[in-house]
Amino acid sequence: MPRNLLEAVLVALLAGLLTVPILGIHIQVDGIKVSLQGNAMPVLAIMAVVFAARLFQVPQKAATGMAYLSQRLPRPPRLAASYRPVLIGLVIVVAIVWPFTASRSAIDIATLALIYVMLGLGLNVVVGFAGLLDLGYVAFYAVGAYGYALLSMHWGLSFWACLPLCVLMAAATGCLLGFPVLRLRGDYLAIVTLGFGEIIRLLLNNLNALTGGPDGIGNIAKPTLFGLEFAREPSTEGGVTFHQFFGLDYHSIDTLIFLYLVALGMALLILYVINRLIRMPIGRAWEALREDEIACRSLGLNPTTIKLSAFGFGASTAGFAGAFFAARQGFINPESFTFIESAIVLAIVVLGGMGSQLGVILAAIALTALPEIARQFAEYRMLIFGLVLVLMMIWRPQGLVPASRPRLELPERAETAP
Amino acid sequence: MSGSFSILEFIQQIINGLTLGSIYALIAIGYTMVYGIIGMINFAHGEIYMISAYIGLLTITALTVQFGIESVPLILLATLFVSIAITSAYGWTIERVAYRPLRSQSRLIPLISAIGMSIFLQNYVQIGQGARDLSMQPLITGGWRFGPDGGFQVYLSYMQVLIATATVIFMTALTLFITRSRLGRACRACSQDLTMTNLLGIDTNRVISLTFVLGAGLAAVAGVLISLYIGKINPFIGFEAGIKAFTAAVLGGIGSIPGAMLGGVVLGLAESFSSAYLRTEYKDVVAFGLLVLVLLFRPTGLLGKPEIEKV
Repeated sequence: MPRNLLEAVLVALLAGLLTVPILGIHIQVDGIKVSLQGNAMPVLAIMAVVFAARLFQVPQKAATGMAYLSQRLPRPPRLAASYRPVLIGLVIVVAIVWPFTASRSAIDIATLALIYVMLGLGLNVVVGFAGLLDLGYVAFYAVGAYGYALLSMHWGLSFWACLPLCVLMAAATGCLLGFPVLRLRGDYLAIVTLGFGEIIRLLLNNLNALTGGPDGIGNIAKPTLFGLEFAREPSTEGGVTFHQFFGLDYHSIDTLIFLYLVALGMALLILYVINRLIRMPIGRAWEALREDEIACRSLGLNPTTIKLSAFGFGASTAGFAGAFFAARQGFINPESFTFIESAIVLAIVVLGGMGSQLGVILAAIALTALPEIARQFAEYRMLIFGLVLVLMMIWRPQGLVPASRPRLELPERAETAP
Repeated sequence: MSGSFSILEFIQQIINGLTLGSIYALIAIGYTMVYGIIGMINFAHGEIYMISAYIGLLTITALTVQFGIESVPLILLATLFVSIAITSAYGWTIERVAYRPLRSQSRLIPLISAIGMSIFLQNYVQIGQGARDLSMQPLITGGWRFGPDGGFQVYLSYMQVLIATATVIFMTALTLFITRSRLGRACRACSQDLTMTNLLGIDTNRVISLTFVLGAGLAAVAGVLISLYIGKINPFIGFEAGIKAFTAAVLGGIGSIPGAMLGGVVLGLAESFSSAYLRTEYKDVVAFGLLVLVLLFRPTGLLGKPEIEKV
């Protein structure tokens, strides 16, 4: 016990030393007069917390507790194959019917969550399946968003016509960037993609003539339903709006429901495509490459092509989501495409469990919904976010819903062979 | 006339580039040493540099305003001492809390933990000290001017000389430490083969802690110097400086200490020339473009050794 106590005192003193200059002293500026102001409370509070945590071995206990929980946590039940489609169908039906009963803000948040689901699923292919760490994922999201905004602004193309174009543009950008850098080792790739994300943001900020610079692009057209607009009055001469066509009363919530359903459809499409892809040879190759590149090479797979396909697919998903994002917001500027967005999407993939689609979807919903619920902690939102990332890596690096991989094990024999 | 003008301007850009490059090199050492030994990108290193700048600013303010000390060398030495001490403690703690428990995990796990740490520290400082720019009175002013009267004059400030001198002193000290001392030898051994070094009876955990402390200490030097040079800090300076310094480390060849120094200087020069001869906004684009080019044609960096992966 005395040893524990001594360590706890030392750790508390260290915590004090670290927090005094940041939390304990503030600089007060009055005109030209500069003075320092002490504030002991937060420092003492942190010292007390750290002291207690160390004395009672909280981190160790938490770690064992988490390990215990991991084993006891209900694994996603392995349903009989015949029940799965029924369950999935049920979830989809609920997701379609739900917005007609929900409030405006709930639908809005759900649409945002679906955008993150799309981004998370796309990045999951790159990071989770192919094992390529992409820290500049938001760049492709920006390509999609600006692609749609510019195409619709200059050429008046509709959302549905732009969508495939945006996907192509993002995929092309991904391949263009990926081709030179995918030969590099994983960590280099991380930093090059990070740099690329920054380059895109800087270009968007500075190419004023094309992108509007920091002011961004406004008045982006919303998606239409087979040419029917969701607005009180048609924006073009002779156009017909949704409520006029069907002879309904105008409700502004219709637009939100429609956007939500579009996002839902897009997310389901992505989910379906990915689920098909990972059962195809290319998907198998992604996972094989992640596990062992040298083995893949010796089996005659070309690592660069495989990586490029994963990277390009991830990029095109981001472009897909980006186009929708621009259409939903109606306004975009470079502020929406900072590194922190990439970090959030990465956090979604990691928290959900790399390679686990269900996990990614749940994590995307949780990470968008929680900050909205905990509005009063807005100041501490990112602080907690960073802390959760660290703690998750320590306590549960495999994510909330770890990907279950098909595997075979040798049955244990009753007797050992002589 | 115009010929001498452009030469002087050229010299000015070299001076600016070397100043900036020294700062990048000091930060890059932290990345390259950590990477060389445990093969991880310490993403929170830029944040450590930012914290050191805050500690430096607070110490200078405390010394000048609260205690009324006026001797510039004394202030400078005391500030460097305090900032290096506390920032090293940060480096040690971060390694201990966020990275050591993950030593046995795959490479992605510590990197994500480091990103989390970086976000945490940035917001922690933002909550503690506010998100606004803090500016400080310049401590060291003045400099030398060369060149014709009325024309373009090369300006070499005392601060720039100080940055270059301090960088050379600390780099020399580091090189001597790594090449001559027992602990330095242990560091080199760890970077060659961590497991083997451990088997030979060296406490590798201690060596890893040491590299974090050294890296943080050098970042603290950079943080104090840059806040004196630019005179303005905010909680977001760490992110950009961190990426730039990492770029410098990769440029020079990650894992190589002379490489980090060279990479820092090359990057500093590239930035200063591109902001002079292109548009200022594009200096970052040039920096990252340079990184991509070097990785394309020489993936091991300028001074790095090729790494062969064995089964």
